[in-house]
Amino acid sequence: MIITLKAFATLQKYMPEHADAYEVPEGTTVQELLDRLGLSDDQVRLVFINGAHVSLQAVIAEGDRLGLFPAVGGG
Amino acid sequence: MKLLRINTKTRKFSFEEPGPYAGLGGRALTSRMVLKEVPAKCDALGPENKLVIAAGTLTGTACANSGRISVGAKSPLTGGIKESNSGGQFAQKLAKLGIVGIVLEDKPADNAPLMTIVITKDGVTIKDAGDIAGKYTYAAAESLLSAYGDKAALMLIGPAGETTRQAASIQFTDPEGRPARAAGRGGMGAVMGSKRVKAIVLDDAGCGMVKAADPEAFKAASRKWVDILKGHPVTAEGLPAFGTAILVNVINEAGAFPTKNFRGGRFEFVNNISGETIAETIEKRGGKTRHGCHTGCVIQCSQEYRDAAGKYLTSGFEYETIWAMGANSLISDLDHVATLDRTCDELGVDTIEMGCTIAVAMDGGLIPWGDGEAAIALLKKIGTGDAVGDYIGNGAGATGKALGVTRVPVVKNQSLPAYDPRAVKGVGVTYCTTPQGADHTAGYAVCQNILKVGGDVDPKGKDGQIEISKALQIATAAVDAAGLCLFVAFAVLDNADGVPTIADMVAALIGAPFTPDDVVNLGIGVLKDELEFNKAAGFTAADDQLPQFFTDEELPPHNVKWDFTAEEMQAAKVE
Repeated sequence: MIITLKAFATLQKYMPEHADAYEVPEGTTVQELLDRLGLSDDQVRLVFINGAHVSLQAVIAEGDRLGLFPAVGGG
Repeated sequence: MKLLRINTKTRKFSFEEPGPYAGLGGRALTSRMVLKEVPAKCDALGPENKLVIAAGTLTGTACANSGRISVGAKSPLTGGIKESNSGGQFAQKLAKLGIVGIVLEDKPADNAPLMTIVITKDGVTIKDAGDIAGKYTYAAAESLLSAYGDKAALMLIGPAGETTRQAASIQFTDPEGRPARAAGRGGMGAVMGSKRVKAIVLDDAGCGMVKAADPEAFKAASRKWVDILKGHPVTAEGLPAFGTAILVNVINEAGAFPTKNFRGGRFEFVNNISGETIAETIEKRGGKTRHGCHTGCVIQCSQEYRDAAGKYLTSGFEYETIWAMGANSLISDLDHVATLDRTCDELGVDTIEMGCTIAVAMDGGLIPWGDGEAAIALLKKIGTGDAVGDYIGNGAGATGKALGVTRVPVVKNQSLPAYDPRAVKGVGVTYCTTPQGADHTAGYAVCQNILKVGGDVDPKGKDGQIEISKALQIATAAVDAAGLCLFVAFAVLDNADGVPTIADMVAALIGAPFTPDDVVNLGIGVLKDELEFNKAAGFTAADDQLPQFFTDEELPPHNVKWDFTAEEMQAAKVE
């Protein structure tokens, strides 16, 4: 299935090619996706699917928009 | 520590012991003095208002990130009490001069010459401002620093403050002498202008650091403090590398990035104005991605942004400004956004208020959506005597009235900052209930709602939001009283040693016990003073609410509405 993948700030360098139309197997979890990208759990503080916070156990669906962030703050 | 009172009508001054204000610093001092000495129903631009400029309790010591200045008065924008907070070099030099607060009192005739106040260890000199009157702040600062030495620290107003515009800021110089730091919110520059003070110059030559009563204990606690700040990924990595604009993408991703005057939660051209793009642009042009607004900052969230020719354009280029001048006004050219930031600093006017004002002006058809050059030209009318500039300089509320626009995102007539309250409900509770008018810094529930620092609640739900906002409002008031940068909170909220270490530093400084409970009680006391002032000024629970359109309209992409009543939110206020 195809998803849109976005990784920001210090995680930008882990973005694969064709991240806007990235192919992953059906039933992939966020944890499995991070493993594929070579990202460890402690590098990733925030995961959004379609703008909503999710856990590492969340299952990704066809067409989802994923946003990955390290710890961020400001304001 | 002494209080310096200056009568701006007679130009006489006196140093006095703090007396009933002993032990108070920063926002605790400004708010207590305004409550006790300013009639709540007075004209904010009249002689009865006072402008109180205070260093924090820890300011002037070796404590990292303790160089914040608090400026308080009755606000001409909100009609309530105001504490506006800034970085820059001023606070530490004030404390090193042995002054905990400057109080500007009374006012001369409206057409009296503007004045410059110079404070050194030898005393106070008050003179006519001469040829810096009417000048933009960068030129005025350059002129003052060439006259008084480049080690001096300045606070000054621009044309907006001189003409008492309600959105006028007070600008403070950074370590390079640039007036890029602002006590932006609530029109404190207008109060300074009403008293005909263009600038205050501090020269602390011959003064040492503020000494702790127990130097060894202070040294130990302040070392631990640095470790706490350097041990958290937000204060040690994210903020230094990308500045506060690191938030652009995360708030946009969360669908809470107000776009086109709060019509949507995501911006089509977000990549043009993101923290990542800004850092890349700065590096390409030879600027600085890391910069401290004051000596002793270990976070370094500021930067030096250069134009396409590689020439300095602006600094202190913050997330809020980038949102206000960018997404909210549909301006997608980063250099236009940076020029708008510089223009606000030059005029001495609040960037958040101006961003919302520009969007309201675009809603009213005064200038086209997304037109950065038209927005720059519009701002430059402020302080010129042009009637349009007069209402623009009075903020979003005044501009809405002038143009017949009812979609005006304000609480207590102060513009909303960069988080849509429908999709970050906790910060919405803060916008409504803080005595300051819509203000994210007063209780930054974005932490628990979106960033998952210090807790985790659903940003679109109501559960837990009131309790979180209340706790953060208390903690923030204490941070502001201590003179600490609010960004220390990211590390403190995630570290059980954070608050005890702050308490230990205060205890070692004053040579008396000071516990984490005292920190909390300090914050509660500040809020009680502020709420008491606002009540006397005529504010009621009905003023603690967002404009109606937030309740009526769904915010895409999550299609959420605002659903807190003012009555429910009263529980977020201390009693």
